[in-house]
Amino acid sequence: MVRSTADYRGGEDDMMFIRSFIFFLGVLATLLLGWAGLVGIPNFMISEVQAPKGLERYTYEQSFGRSIYIREGCLYCHSQQVRPVGFGADQERFWGRPSVPADYVYDKPHLLGTMRTGPDLFNIGARQSSEDWHLLHLYNPRIVSPGSVMPPFPWLFEEKISAAPDDKVIMLPDSIAPKGKVVVATREGRALTAYLIGMNHTYPVSQVRAQNDTTKKK
Amino acid sequence: MAVQTTSREQFVSFASPTTEEVSEKQHRVEIDDSVTSPVVLYFLTGIWWLVFGSLAGLLAALKFNLPDWLGGTPFLTFGRIRPVHLNAVMYGWASLAGAGMIVWLTSRLCRTKIEETWALYVSAILWNIGVAFGLVSLFFGYNQGMEWLEFPKPAGGLIALGFLFFAYSIARTFRQRKVEHLYVSLWYILASLIWFPLLYVVANLGIYHGVTEAAMNWWFGHNALAVWFTPIGLAGAYYFIPKVIGRPIYSYYLGLLGFWAFALFYNWNGIHHLVGGPLPTWLVTVSIVASVMMFVPVMAVAVNHHLTTIGHFKMLKYSPTLRFVVFGSMSYTAVSFQGSIESLRSFSEVAHFTHYTIGHAHLGVYGFLSMILFGAIYYIMPRIAKWEWPYPKLIKLHFWMSAIGIALYFVALSLGGWIQGTMMNDPSLPFIASVNATKPYLWARSVGGTMMLIGHLAFAYQFLLIIYRSGPTRYVPAWFDLRQTTVEEKTI
Repeated sequence: MVRSTADYRGGEDDMMFIRSFIFFLGVLATLLLGWAGLVGIPNFMISEVQAPKGLERYTYEQSFGRSIYIREGCLYCHSQQVRPVGFGADQERFWGRPSVPADYVYDKPHLLGTMRTGPDLFNIGARQSSEDWHLLHLYNPRIVSPGSVMPPFPWLFEEKISAAPDDKVIMLPDSIAPKGKVVVATREGRALTAYLIGMNHTYPVSQVRAQNDTTKKK
Repeated sequence: MAVQTTSREQFVSFASPTTEEVSEKQHRVEIDDSVTSPVVLYFLTGIWWLVFGSLAGLLAALKFNLPDWLGGTPFLTFGRIRPVHLNAVMYGWASLAGAGMIVWLTSRLCRTKIEETWALYVSAILWNIGVAFGLVSLFFGYNQGMEWLEFPKPAGGLIALGFLFFAYSIARTFRQRKVEHLYVSLWYILASLIWFPLLYVVANLGIYHGVTEAAMNWWFGHNALAVWFTPIGLAGAYYFIPKVIGRPIYSYYLGLLGFWAFALFYNWNGIHHLVGGPLPTWLVTVSIVASVMMFVPVMAVAVNHHLTTIGHFKMLKYSPTLRFVVFGSMSYTAVSFQGSIESLRSFSEVAHFTHYTIGHAHLGVYGFLSMILFGAIYYIMPRIAKWEWPYPKLIKLHFWMSAIGIALYFVALSLGGWIQGTMMNDPSLPFIASVNATKPYLWARSVGGTMMLIGHLAFAYQFLLIIYRSGPTRYVPAWFDLRQTTVEEKTI
């Protein structure tokens, strides 16, 4: 209805205004309450969390590697969070102690992930610290992990006639190695590997988290 | 009743119309005319993103089956194609087609011509530039690193700006309404106009870090569904089911209950995406409680729609719109119940981190939202293009490809995902066993995806025909099984 002073119909219009007001207020309130409860208040509570002693800041190279991790979308198949005892088999698979908020203070953006097409990587550096293994795996995952469905990342490598002294050459099986050339990791490939090897959150933390996410006892 | 009449409007009225009915119809035609260009623009670009997005989705699916295929091309690696797929179908297809449907619905439900048409053109253009820019960025690997918030800030900003222009036009139209009573669909539309921009702004405040950023991420991700995509779908279902059947919605009060319960509970759901994660336990628990409470609004909607349709299920045989929309509504009930149960810790322990979740997401966004949007477009286009759908057989093909495609997709990933989760949680098996076990199911998923793509191509082709007014001339609506329909028409 076009509303103007001339059209004013008294109480009926007032009721309409009040009803609209309640609608808009209600709609605003529901969303903002949800935000406050799920994000605002937790953000305030957790902002006090200090980095644990054992957690180091990312080096420049690791940070760069982390940006490659994001660029290639690793987060769509790998989580970075360890589940506690009694919830899944993370503890039985020795994927590290349950992760706590303090482990993530240097992470921006967060890479917690929601999918485990591949295994959790929160402590991959502790499980597999060989740079050669990681480079081979990135070049073609099926060389070291038969049956894997992970994509290959050949653009993190280049083929050269001969390697320079500070190049990292990867040792490919003869069947797929290019003839007369060597394959070396690019700066990006080495940075990503440095990030992965640095993923080690096995240091002790004061805040323990166990059995808190399940109602059932094993 | 004369079958050989020259316009559809005449065909539908079986008694000779009164002067009032004629002017009413005339008014409706004028309203439809006022929205034609912007709505076609929204639909056309939306359908383009649908085809593009489903190609990207299919490519991503095939990457699981053939991981080395196209493996040397950085643009086409799984980790880039996957966000391209998600963002193209959500911010391209579903949002633009939804916006088109909202424009048409608003002017119809407010019984007034659309206001500020220029704002809709500006909105559609900004929105499309935003999506295109965002997708190109993702191909090049410029990803913000958070699901549902992958687009670089400038692309997200363009889309947000486009949304504001769109909301401006809708709000102005609403101000000019010629009705006293606001129909249920309008509540959802108006609420989403407030919710979605607010959600986007709050999510981009930049004050979050570490695990609370994850909380924000999933509060946003789940709420994009809660405050924008689901309201679109429900607005469509609430409008088209009673409209096509020709009887009022069963209960106004059930609609009211459904709406406010929806508003109250849905936006507390997001943190169930982090069950088992390093967040305070109470936070996850709150989200699980809210997820279970979603039974209330979902039951309200399901009962309302079912009792409206009951006794008229026969019409599913004839009306393409009803068939798509009822399929969508049923999927809504199914996917919501599934979601409530999925949020429980004992269920999440297995299903979370697996393909099960992907199946659930597609049942929601495809089985529910996209099916309702298809139905809406099949209803709206003949009215604004003044041309009937030329090939009912193609609509039928589209329906069955989409319906069987999503069913296969959902069943395959639910089974495969559950097996994957069970094996993952069995420490006596190596992790790779959980990967190998899913392989046949992932092939089935690709087959389902291919079927959906075929449906979309049939849909896009016929959409082009209708905007060019090509194909055989029809004087009657493109119902299925028309020969049998002639007897039933009187009841429609």
